[in-house]
Amino acid sequence: MAKQKGITVEGVVVEALPNAMFRVELDNGHRVLAHISGKMRLNYIKILPGDKVTLEVSPYDWSRGRITYRYK
Amino acid sequence: MIAIRTDEEVARIRESGRLVAGALDLAGRIVAPGVTTGALEAELEKYVRDHGGTPEFKGYRGYPAAICASVNDQVVHGIPGTRRLREGDIVGIDVGVRKDGFVADGARTFPVGRVSELAGRLIRVTEEALGAGLGAVRDGARLSDVSHAVQTVVEAAGFSVVRELAGHGVGTELHEAPEIPNFGEPGNGPPLRSGMVLAIEPMVNAGRAAVRTLPDGWTVVTADRTLSAHFEHTVAVGPAGADVLTEVRAVQS
Repeated sequence: MAKQKGITVEGVVVEALPNAMFRVELDNGHRVLAHISGKMRLNYIKILPGDKVTLEVSPYDWSRGRITYRYK
Repeated sequence: MIAIRTDEEVARIRESGRLVAGALDLAGRIVAPGVTTGALEAELEKYVRDHGGTPEFKGYRGYPAAICASVNDQVVHGIPGTRRLREGDIVGIDVGVRKDGFVADGARTFPVGRVSELAGRLIRVTEEALGAGLGAVRDGARLSDVSHAVQTVVEAAGFSVVRELAGHGVGTELHEAPEIPNFGEPGNGPPLRSGMVLAIEPMVNAGRAAVRTLPDGWTVVTADRTLSAHFEHTVAVGPAGADVLTEVRAVQS
């Protein structure tokens, strides 16, 4: 049985939540709860509402994601 | 982290792999026009259980069946049922077996009766791509060398590689690290070490690479409805190359 890979999508941050969690609205209108990847934390990349970001969403749970890139 | 298996553990995975190979051989004898995928599943499940194994897919993340049977434009994870195979179809059969705690995973695509020239070529190329992937496996190679070998064969034939699904480590769980995509530049990813056990599985579309999942939550089909084929072996990395665990080998000479 083949393994489903994480799905990479883009979205816009709509709300910053405690614990470095963010509410992100995807291009398709879904809203997901996303955390920021460890590598981005190490490099102190700040994310604010309104930022366009790339995130990975688990194919098994579409309500959660992992932010992997913040566009300038 | 990618698990390194002892010789003893590899031997046990090979025991499970023997049942995978046996089940796939059986599938090859049963597949014929008029057979339903559900009947095929029942026979294979019986075979696996009669030989002391359990079908690993049943219940995996809620998957409802013992095997996957993916017909024509279905890429993988087709759920067996009342669908009747017809002359000219191609059907991918994917079997995972757990025995004594160890898991092996394998798949083959079979022609049903006489198939079109395109379908025959797709099946051949996919099997060759798996062979190329296996050929890239040895201690010290990088993971993406395998991915690249598969992609090269597929694209040289004018077919395309599915991106959204990947091979995987296997052993005590069905899906373990690493994820093994079937495309990529060579020389990347973790180095392969003797004792790693990998399920390498090219999924090849006759048309474009894009796929989508049907509302049943499992069945993956090609977006352009073209044919798709799938072959898979579980192999152990060895110093000289891949040791295929899901094959019944003839007496060694």
